[in-house]
Amino acid sequence: MKSTTEIIKRCQDLYEDLQFTAARDWKDAKPGRKVVGYMPIYVPREIIHAGGMLPLGIVGGGDQLEVIHGDAYYQSYICRIPRSTIELGVGGHLDFVDGMLFPSICDVIRNLSGMWKLMFPEVYSRYFDVPQNYSDDIGGNYYISELQELREGLEEHCSVKITDEALRASIAVYNENRRLVREVYAYRAKQPWKAPAADVYLLIRAGLVLPVEEHSQMLQDWLAAVDTEERPMKDNCRIIVTGLFCEQPPLNLIKSIELSGCYIVDDDLLLVSRWLIGDVPTEGDPMRNLADAFLHHSESTASKFEPNVAEKGQHLVRSVKENGAEGVIFASPSFCDPALLDRPMLQNVLNAANIPNIAFKYAENSGQMQPIREQAGTFADSIKLWSEA
Amino acid sequence: MNTVITTPKNRPDPRDVSKDDSMLKQKEMMARHFDRITSAPERGEKVCATFVPGNLNELIMCFDFANNLPEVNAIQNGLRKKSGQFVMEAEKLGHSEDVCTYVKSDIGMMAKGNIAPNGEKFPDPDVLLLSYTGCFTFLKWFELLREQYQCETILLHTPYEGDGKITDNMRQYMVKQLKEEVIPKLERVSGVKFDIDRLRENLRRSAKAEDDLVYVLQTAKKRPSPIDAYFGGIYYIGPIFGAYRGTDEAIDYYATLRQEIDARMAAGLGPVTPEGAMGEEKYRLVTEGPPNYTSFRDFWKMFYDEGAVVVASSYTKVGGVYDFGFRHDPDRPLETLAEYCLGVYTNRSLPQRVDMLVDYINEYEADGLLINSIKSCNSFSAGQLLMMREVEKRTGKPAAFIESDLVDPRYFSAANIKNRLESYFQMVDQKKAGGALKGAAA
Ligand code: SF4
Ligand code: SF4
Repeated sequence: MKSTTEIIKRCQDLYEDLQFTAARDWKDAKPGRKVVGYMPIYVPREIIHAGGMLPLGIVGGGDQLEVIHGDAYYQSYICRIPRSTIELGVGGHLDFVDGMLFPSICDVIRNLSGMWKLMFPEVYSRYFDVPQNYSDDIGGNYYISELQELREGLEEHCSVKITDEALRASIAVYNENRRLVREVYAYRAKQPWKAPAADVYLLIRAGLVLPVEEHSQMLQDWLAAVDTEERPMKDNCRIIVTGLFCEQPPLNLIKSIELSGCYIVDDDLLLVSRWLIGDVPTEGDPMRNLADAFLHHSESTASKFEPNVAEKGQHLVRSVKENGAEGVIFASPSFCDPALLDRPMLQNVLNAANIPNIAFKYAENSGQMQPIREQAGTFADSIKLWSEA
Repeated sequence: MNTVITTPKNRPDPRDVSKDDSMLKQKEMMARHFDRITSAPERGEKVCATFVPGNLNELIMCFDFANNLPEVNAIQNGLRKKSGQFVMEAEKLGHSEDVCTYVKSDIGMMAKGNIAPNGEKFPDPDVLLLSYTGCFTFLKWFELLREQYQCETILLHTPYEGDGKITDNMRQYMVKQLKEEVIPKLERVSGVKFDIDRLRENLRRSAKAEDDLVYVLQTAKKRPSPIDAYFGGIYYIGPIFGAYRGTDEAIDYYATLRQEIDARMAAGLGPVTPEGAMGEEKYRLVTEGPPNYTSFRDFWKMFYDEGAVVVASSYTKVGGVYDFGFRHDPDRPLETLAEYCLGVYTNRSLPQRVDMLVDYINEYEADGLLINSIKSCNSFSAGQLLMMREVEKRTGKPAAFIESDLVDPRYFSAANIKNRLESYFQMVDQKKAGGALKGAAA
């Protein structure tokens, strides 16, 4: 049996490999294989998978990539992820990618979709729009047609066939992956001292670049190993971090939060891996099933309209209860409109529910962790004092 | 060598400049707009708040709502130099310094008593019609207002033209939203039954005014241009982008404006500026991006003092792109509303936006492109540096990039902008001289 250290070492290597060697190797292993990149938050990876292609999650260049060209494309007051993604493109890191999907999440990613068309005209790039209306016969029908257009676009540009049967099989494969990801999250919420947040992050992040079957196996191996290993339990408080759904925080930031005395028991990192809640049915019309799941069983986040005012922010309150959290940290990328505009509303909801919270901003290339450690440390101390009082 | 910017001596004192009929009309219409909103409760009228891009004024009128447009309020507060304190007030309340300043100006205004430009209090809206077109911030903005006002919020989701076209799926999605959600909810809140013939009439009136607006905007193809399509254009679009589209008053305003511009053209005159008629037309520019409103006059002056006139601008298309043929069509009332929303400038893909700017430079024989990048507006700003390169590449005309904000005075640096403009005009001169030399050599 592999140890968690071995597994996480492999994940760390994948994380650091900005040439995406694993995905390149997968593509080279058989002629005709295609790779389709996607950005946060969510795309139905099942459709790519059902065409025999590899969905590849692109979440910027992190703090390891030196951005040289990217800055020439963006003003200083725009977040980091689009410029480091451009850097990846211009620097040839993505030269093996046959398609790029830009989900409907904010104006920056939206405009990046058009930039990609201008800069990389040979690549199939598509803005992946999703409904903000959640009625089956309005938003649902619109979404099914969008999915169909995506399916046909991929079929044409990547010369593949995506059948209903293959789609149903892919849904089953991703159902299993989502179940395992949730198991990992549940495990961490129960015994966070055994599942450090940085490890869990790396583990889930590996799923962006590996074939899903391999990733599911990896998750199983980790779940099997983690239980057999002992780690000391610290007197940390239990918190949720939110606002990290797009531009990724540096790994050191995740570590710093934990080092400062906070166990992370839930987060909104890499939401694609658990966007759909519960299994998507594998019987019947697969497109309708994917649409149903999106409309009625998907996570809440800032780029989604919440039609019911009473529901606004309740996903956080529920997560606090379910995961036994004692507070919430809002960590948002600088200049991130969706996260920063949403934050005051969520804070009001938490304050009304007497849930302690703090907020700070980061950039994917933030280097200085001291201020964050101090803030998170003070927060942890105040939670402890508060609970003892 | 630096170009020295001097103010021409023979310009009349601004206080002596007589106003054209259209200007007086416009001013009076703005005043009536605010009076209608602030007096709505006492007249038993309900208030609908909605955004400029993708605003459904023709539909809103069918339910007898007074239409309050938060961006118009933010602009007014910018022009009146009030937005700065409102933005800071919102930041004090916990809103991030990084986000759209229109939102913060609105929230700050609310916190400070919600006083309209006429000195009266804005009534709380009865309904928020969230026509979410061309900008994600709208979504959050109305969620924030809903939290405050606790009133019915109706969403109309406009899909983005990612592939540069309107598909049947997009149109049907919008028509279905209008039929099954937007209209029934507006009926419920207003207590007025929807009458499609009334909508058709409003749309017919819109199209008429739109014809005249396009005529006016396209007179800038003449030399000298009788209008400034950015600074002046902002006044021209006021009625049609706001609560007057679909009314007889708008028809009347644009007819008057058209006559005035025709007269200017016949007399060979340039645009009207706050200091009277502009002098010699030296530079013809196309602009991309919104202006700065907190120093609007100073900003404009940097152009007209130099003889620079804007012949076409993308900003004056945020509330509808009419110059490529779109008109509200009374025979397809709901489809036309959908197509209107889908087609507004910021809902167009980046390649479409580049095409438009290139077209403008060619069609209006402009000397170059000027981008005013707005710090807090991702919808416009993300991607503008690439747009600039593309337009330069395709037209061979120089482009300049300046940065400011819509309504946050902290981000308007007059000296920097003036410097940039000076160098830019020099570049245009050199380019023109080079072109002339080449022409002479040929
Ligand atoms: S970090 Fe925020 S603003 Fe930037 S691309 Fe992501 S969602 Fe958009
Ligand atoms: S982000 Fe830009 S388009 Fe959106 S509301 Fe603000 S100023 Fe308007």
